[in-house]
Amino acid sequence: MGNASSMLTQYDIEEVQEHCHKLFSLQEIVSLYQRFCQLDRNAKGFISADEFLSVPEFAMNPLSQRLLKMVDGLNFKDFVAFLSAFSAKASVQQKIQLIFKVYDSDGNGKVSFNDILEVLRDLSGSFISDNQREQVLTQLLKEAGYLRDSYLMLDDFIKVFGSSGLKMEVEVPVD
Amino acid sequence: MSGIEGKLSSSSSELDLDRPNIEDYLPSGSSIHEPRGKLRLRDLLDISPTLTEAAGAIVDDSFTRCFKSNPPEPWNWNVYLFPLWCFGVAIRYLVLFPVRVIVLTIGWILFLSSVIPVHFLLKGHDKLREKMERFLVELLCSFFVASWTGVVKYHGPRPSMRPKQVFVANHTSMIDFIILEQMTPFAVIMQKHPGWVGLIQSTILESVGCIWFNRSEAKDREIVAKKLRDHIQGVDNNPLLIFPEGTCVNNQYSVMFKKGAFELGCTVCPIAIKYNKIFVDAFWNSRKQSFTMHLLQLMTSWAVVCDVWYLEPQNLKPGETPIEFAERVRDIISVRAGLKKVPWDGYLKYSRPSPKHTERKQQSFAESVLRRLEEK
Repeated sequence: MGNASSMLTQYDIEEVQEHCHKLFSLQEIVSLYQRFCQLDRNAKGFISADEFLSVPEFAMNPLSQRLLKMVDGLNFKDFVAFLSAFSAKASVQQKIQLIFKVYDSDGNGKVSFNDILEVLRDLSGSFISDNQREQVLTQLLKEAGYLRDSYLMLDDFIKVFGSSGLKMEVEVPVD
Repeated sequence: MSGIEGKLSSSSSELDLDRPNIEDYLPSGSSIHEPRGKLRLRDLLDISPTLTEAAGAIVDDSFTRCFKSNPPEPWNWNVYLFPLWCFGVAIRYLVLFPVRVIVLTIGWILFLSSVIPVHFLLKGHDKLREKMERFLVELLCSFFVASWTGVVKYHGPRPSMRPKQVFVANHTSMIDFIILEQMTPFAVIMQKHPGWVGLIQSTILESVGCIWFNRSEAKDREIVAKKLRDHIQGVDNNPLLIFPEGTCVNNQYSVMFKKGAFELGCTVCPIAIKYNKIFVDAFWNSRKQSFTMHLLQLMTSWAVVCDVWYLEPQNLKPGETPIEFAERVRDIISVRAGLKKVPWDGYLKYSRPSPKHTERKQQSFAESVLRRLEEK
C-alpha cells in the first residue's frame, strides 16, 4: 500500500481537522486515513457497506445496519466527522447528538415511540417480546414525564441523559 | 411492577462447537459494565456501549490486522542511500532475477524429465516409484527455495515417518509448504486453487499424497475428516501436514485453529514458522496479489529468511476437548513464533460472522434490562 500519509498533504489533513471541529489531532487523522485506505479496498474514495461488514466485530454489532446507513459511502472527510463524536475531546452534547441521530432514522428531527422501539428491537432481538418492549418503554416514558405519543427532540434527549457522564470514546491507534 | 416475566429463549449450545467462546477473548465485549439499580428511561435510551463497540471496530479491529501486509521499512530515504538502493534494485532485477529464473527452469526440467519416466517405467514397482517421486518432489522444492534464495534455519529434531501422527503449522503463504517439503516429504491438505497452481496440485502433489478440499465444500467437514482419517491409517503414507488456520495470516498474528486436525486421535506435532522481514515480507496477501505475483516479488528480493521450529509432539490430555487441544497447540506455536493470538476464525475472510454472535449480544442486553426491571 505504501506510505499512506504521503498521499494526504498537510493541507488536506488540516482541512479534515477543521471539518471535524478539531476533535482529532493531526496524527489521529493520519491514522484514520490509513485505516480508511485499508477498508476501502479498491481506492474508490469511500467505504462500501460490504467493506464495513467485512470487519467481523462490526458485522456482529446489533446496531450495525443502522450505523451502515449513516456511514455507507462517506468520503474521508465525512468519515472523520462521523467518528469525531467518539473522540475524547467531544462534548457530551455532541455525543448525545449522535445517539439522537441513530434513533431518528428518518432524519426529521424528532424521535417517536416507534423509533425507540425499533432500536430496542435491534438491541434485544427475539429475547424480549414486542409486547414487553412496548410495556417497558411506555412505563419508563411515563415515569420521565412523557406520553406514549409524544415526540422527543434533541433537547429532550439532553435532559433525559442529564449531567451524568456519558462514556462513549474510541481511541485512535497512533503508531 | 409485577408480572413482567422475562421471556428468554434458551441459549442454543449446539452453535459454534467449532470454536471457543469468542466473548472470552474479545476485549471490548467483556468490558460492558453491568449497571445496577432501577431501570430509568435514560438507561434504556443509552446505546453508547454498543455504539462505542461499533466505532471501535471501524477504527481498528483485530481481525483486519491479521491480514495486513506490513512490508519492511523503506531505508532509501536520503541522498546517498537512494542511489545505493537503485543499484540494489538493478542487481536484483537484472542479475539475480534472471539467474534465479534459470535455476528454477533447470529444476523443473530435471524434475519433469525424471518424474515422467519414473512414473511410467516403474508402474509395477509402486514402492520404489513412490520413493523416487518423493525424492524428486523434495528436489524440486529445494530448487524453488533456491530460486528466492531461501535462508531457512531448521531447529529441532527432524520429523520421522511414524503412523498416527500429523503435523500442524501456522500459515503465512503457500511457500510454507515448499519450505517444509524440501526437508521432509509431507502430504498436505490444501485448498484447491485455480490456474497453474491447481495443475501442479492435481499432478505432481498427487504423488506425495495430497488431499484437496474446497472451502465451500469444507462446510461438509465429514468428507474432509474421513479423508484425513483414511490417510493417517495408511502406514506407507507420508506424514500429513495440516495448516489449521485455514488461510494465510500475516505472520504477526495467529487466528483460531480448526479442530479437524485435533480430533483424529493421533499425536500432533506442532511446527512454528517465522519469517524475517528484513528483505521482504513473505506474507501472501491473497486479497491483493495472485500467487504468481507473490512468487515474482520473492524472486526479485535479496532473500527470504525464516526459522522453522519442529516442536515437541502433543497428545490429547485426558479430559481435554479437541477445541482446547487445538488452542493449546496454537498457544505453543504462537509463543515460539512470536505471534499474537486473536479469537477469530480465518474463514471470516470469505464469509460473514454467524448471526448467533449478534444474538448472544442481544440476549445479554435483554437479560440485563429484564433483571433491572425486577429491581425496585
